[in-house]
Amino acid sequence: MKKFVDIAVIGGGPAGLAAALEAWRAQPELNILIIERDHEPGGILQQCIHNGFGLHFFGEELTGPEYAGRFIAEVKKTSIEIMTDTMVLELNNERKILAVSAENGLIEIEAKAVVLAMGCRERTRGALNIPGSRPAGVYTAGCAQRLVNMEGYMPGKKVVILGSGDIGLIMARRMTWEGAKVEVVAELMPFSSGLNRNIVQCLVDNNIPLKFNHTVVRVDGRERVEAVTIAEVDPATKRPIPGTEETYECDTLLLSVGLIPENELTNGAGVEMDRITSGAVVDETRQTSIPGVFACGNVLHVHDLVDNVSNEAKLAGLSAAQYVAGGEKKVEKYHSVNATNGVRYAVPQRISADASGKLDVYFRVGNAYRPAKLVVRCGEEVLATRRKAIMTPGEMEKITLDADKITGDITLEMEA
Amino acid sequence: MSATNYDVAVIGAGVVGCAIARQLSRYQLKLALIDAAEDVAMGASRANSAIVHAGYDCPPGSVEARLNVKGNAMYDAWCADLDVPIQRIGSLVIGFDEQDEKVLEELYDRGIKNGVPGMELISGDRAREIEPSLSGEVTKALYAATGAISCPYQMTIACAENAKENGCEWLLGHPVTEMKVVDGVVEITMGEEKITAKHVVNAAGVFADEVSAMLGDSSFTVSPRKGEYMLLDRTATSVKTVIFQTPSKLGKGVLVAPTVDGNMFAGPTAVNQTDKLDTSVSQEGIDQLSALSRKSVPTINLRSVITSFAGVRAQPSTGDFIIQISEVCPQLIQAAGICSPGLTSAPAIAEEVDSLLRKAGAELVEKEDYNPIRKAIPEFRHLSNEERTQLIEKDSRYGRIICRCETITEGEIVEAIRRGARSLDGVKRRTRAGMGRCQGGFCGPRVMEILSRELGIPMTELTKFGGNSRLLTGVLKED
Ligand SMILES: Cc1cc2nc3c(=O)[nH]c(=O)nc-3n(C[C@H](O)[C@H](O)[C@H](O)COP(=O)(O)OP(=O)(O)OC[C@H]3O[C@@H](n4cnc5c(N)ncnc54)[C@H](O)[C@@H]3O)c2cc1C
Ligand SMILES: Cc1cc2nc3c(=O)[nH]c(=O)nc-3n(C[C@H](O)[C@H](O)[C@H](O)COP(=O)(O)OP(=O)(O)OC[C@H]3O[C@@H](n4cnc5c(N)ncnc54)[C@H](O)[C@@H]3O)c2cc1C
Repeated sequence: MKKFVDIAVIGGGPAGLAAALEAWRAQPELNILIIERDHEPGGILQQCIHNGFGLHFFGEELTGPEYAGRFIAEVKKTSIEIMTDTMVLELNNERKILAVSAENGLIEIEAKAVVLAMGCRERTRGALNIPGSRPAGVYTAGCAQRLVNMEGYMPGKKVVILGSGDIGLIMARRMTWEGAKVEVVAELMPFSSGLNRNIVQCLVDNNIPLKFNHTVVRVDGRERVEAVTIAEVDPATKRPIPGTEETYECDTLLLSVGLIPENELTNGAGVEMDRITSGAVVDETRQTSIPGVFACGNVLHVHDLVDNVSNEAKLAGLSAAQYVAGGEKKVEKYHSVNATNGVRYAVPQRISADASGKLDVYFRVGNAYRPAKLVVRCGEEVLATRRKAIMTPGEMEKITLDADKITGDITLEMEA
Repeated sequence: MSATNYDVAVIGAGVVGCAIARQLSRYQLKLALIDAAEDVAMGASRANSAIVHAGYDCPPGSVEARLNVKGNAMYDAWCADLDVPIQRIGSLVIGFDEQDEKVLEELYDRGIKNGVPGMELISGDRAREIEPSLSGEVTKALYAATGAISCPYQMTIACAENAKENGCEWLLGHPVTEMKVVDGVVEITMGEEKITAKHVVNAAGVFADEVSAMLGDSSFTVSPRKGEYMLLDRTATSVKTVIFQTPSKLGKGVLVAPTVDGNMFAGPTAVNQTDKLDTSVSQEGIDQLSALSRKSVPTINLRSVITSFAGVRAQPSTGDFIIQISEVCPQLIQAAGICSPGLTSAPAIAEEVDSLLRKAGAELVEKEDYNPIRKAIPEFRHLSNEERTQLIEKDSRYGRIICRCETITEGEIVEAIRRGARSLDGVKRRTRAGMGRCQGGFCGPRVMEILSRELGIPMTELTKFGGNSRLLTGVLKED
């Protein structure tokens, strides 16, 4: 099967849905296609049945499926086509897509613009090199979430969680509610990578201890997990301190140790990548190094709040529509956005010299700062300053700049 | 209840037992392949270096040396018949100083004595031409053109499938607990079940001494020696050849090599232990491998490690493979103490056992309809687009991707189950679903659903690798 479309959106999660919708709103005559490998659109939100989505975007608290449902309902009212159960296998630098489904077999798609919205995947045990045996009962938190929330099964009864990412925190509460005993959450860093509200609502309210500067040093059990040993680490070297080991008898180890943008297709197309975000390098329109290819959501950089995903995706969708309507616009010059001195990364990584109006830059800090002060400079000139009682690596921050004031490369840095 | 009577029972469904079963399945024999585990390739044959060794490190004159060189030469034909990957990428043993260089010369001499073709002692610079990622510190290397990589569990599975195709019965999940000779035949007890066999082949890996002792032959012991590995993501720049460091007393030295699937890996360590089943990975092992692999390939990206694992070698007390008719029990043929290079030697060991069986009086008459060919499960990811289209037209399940990291379709998974996979790991070894960078985080629950559906067993009964390795502890309580 062969298809020609104006805009192909890869991934039907919140990012893909919002991007397609915004592109359609800007140019309703465009031929827009969303390609989603799952049975239904909605992305990772379909398994997040807890509350806490949309506070910023819709001004009310929704569950994940409800939040996705609003976008899906909107999309259904439009001419946007959604192909589900369809997996994109390849993307090349001329925006040709190869996809496959049981229904249609191989599908070749040529698109004038492409929006990358493939989301992310979870880091695994192997990536951490946890010593010990390799029995059943070691799951990433998201995998456990799917088993519980979508399939209705309990992956374990006595649980140790490594990592205090949001999914792990949410699963600590969920498993507790379902009758499991969550013994402890061990976090390697001296701070959590999860949202503060999740630490309070999921752990504190359920009396689950959270141990900072701790990691798992051993998994025991030949067939099924029988015990997990954690130990305190030296904050400087991250090496376990001998003698601090504590062993918990349990049947399950959940890992919530980070998300990695799913960029195999992006890499395959030869898009320039950012080593820190593991996502594409983009400009303020969310265009990648390949003209007509845009990226948004977790595939670009890992977000904690879906509301930010939706906003970023709207921008990418609008840019894609403008690109198709207006053709490729040669960008004469880019100013780079440099993250230094305590700022781990910033997105977009570059801003075109003729950008105008208000422009949001998302960033994360590399450490906990309390109080925190971020300064954005263009040469010597201070463009903006942001003070907050606390900034941590777990919460993505945003600063709004006036694009007209950007006359050269800009720098984001933390100051005392 | 009368027990089933077999002509030959092979105990142990590792690469050695399965190669033997395949070899014997060409004859008009009632043949059983027995293993305690519920799947084949659950012992050493599942976790090793996957190298088809050239044969220069075995002591000249040993059984090992002879079967290694012979096995290496047989591999291409076996792999072609069985549709198993083999890549003749060549191997390098590298030296960093004068002492190493002496070892390299010794290895070369040994290789000549063992009859290894295609060896060459080369300079560090020449070695770096062959393998550009090699350390600048390397001063000399032993290159062996016949060094190759294959896939140990695919080889094992392929042999087992081909044997079955030719009439061999699989008795998996059948631990042999007792044997005795009654009226000249061996009565084999496996828990509740009993069978008899005129001849028993002992290919029980690390447990071969215990199996042998069941028939009164305690002439050797087997001790476990663990080897740990780190496996890197496919995106990590890989090496092109097998790179060994000079061997130590405990093994062939840590190597860095590509796998046939394009990943790179480093290992093994060598740790003597008492527990024959302990395949845990230690922090010391990980640290040691990190340091040693960097010594060979300084640019190795250890951040891209996707998993670590370990296998247990079966070190025989005799110091050599034990392949002979038991002196205590003439019905028993030993294929024991098969440490490294057992994977390489397996086809040669199979032929050796064939001739021992004749010697032991078995009547080996070729079947007319013996089929040496076994086809692998179609691999969607490696097919051309036309082939993919044809496959999906025949069975649309080949158009549904289940494992996104390795691009494995539902069709492949269903076929793996049809061929004998019963667990998540069984599917993984046959298809690679769950072997990629997310290690089953995404496809795990989906593969479980397919297993449950195809086997008609509830989700809560599914295991990771048989036994009590249950994946789920129950269903959600009703609200
Ligand atoms: C488990 C979890 C819990 C969270 N909890 C909260 C919370 O409480 N509150 C909150 O505000 N935010 C939360 N978030 C964050 C928010 O949900 C995510 O940031 C958001 O879902 C990201 O949207 P996305 O569209 O970028 O990615 P995803 O939702 O991951 O969607 C990506 C989509 O792309 C599809 N896809 C990928 N590759 C392909 C391909 N090759 N072919 C076809 N389709 C493809 C996938 O199937 C998926 O549907 C959570 C995130 C996770 C992972
Ligand atoms: C770390 C490591 C690296 C290696 N690298 C290489 C290499 O690169 N190249 C090479 O050629 N070789 C290598 N080897 C050696 C090779 O892996 C082994 O020689 C080979 O796998 C042995 O196969 P096997 O069939 O004898 O044993 P196994 O694969 O261990 O099979 C034995 C089987 O017997 C079964 N069994 C035991 N007791 C009983 C019982 N009572 N009843 C029923 N069943 C029983 C077990 O369940 C098991 O499945 C390596 C080995 C290790 C451990």
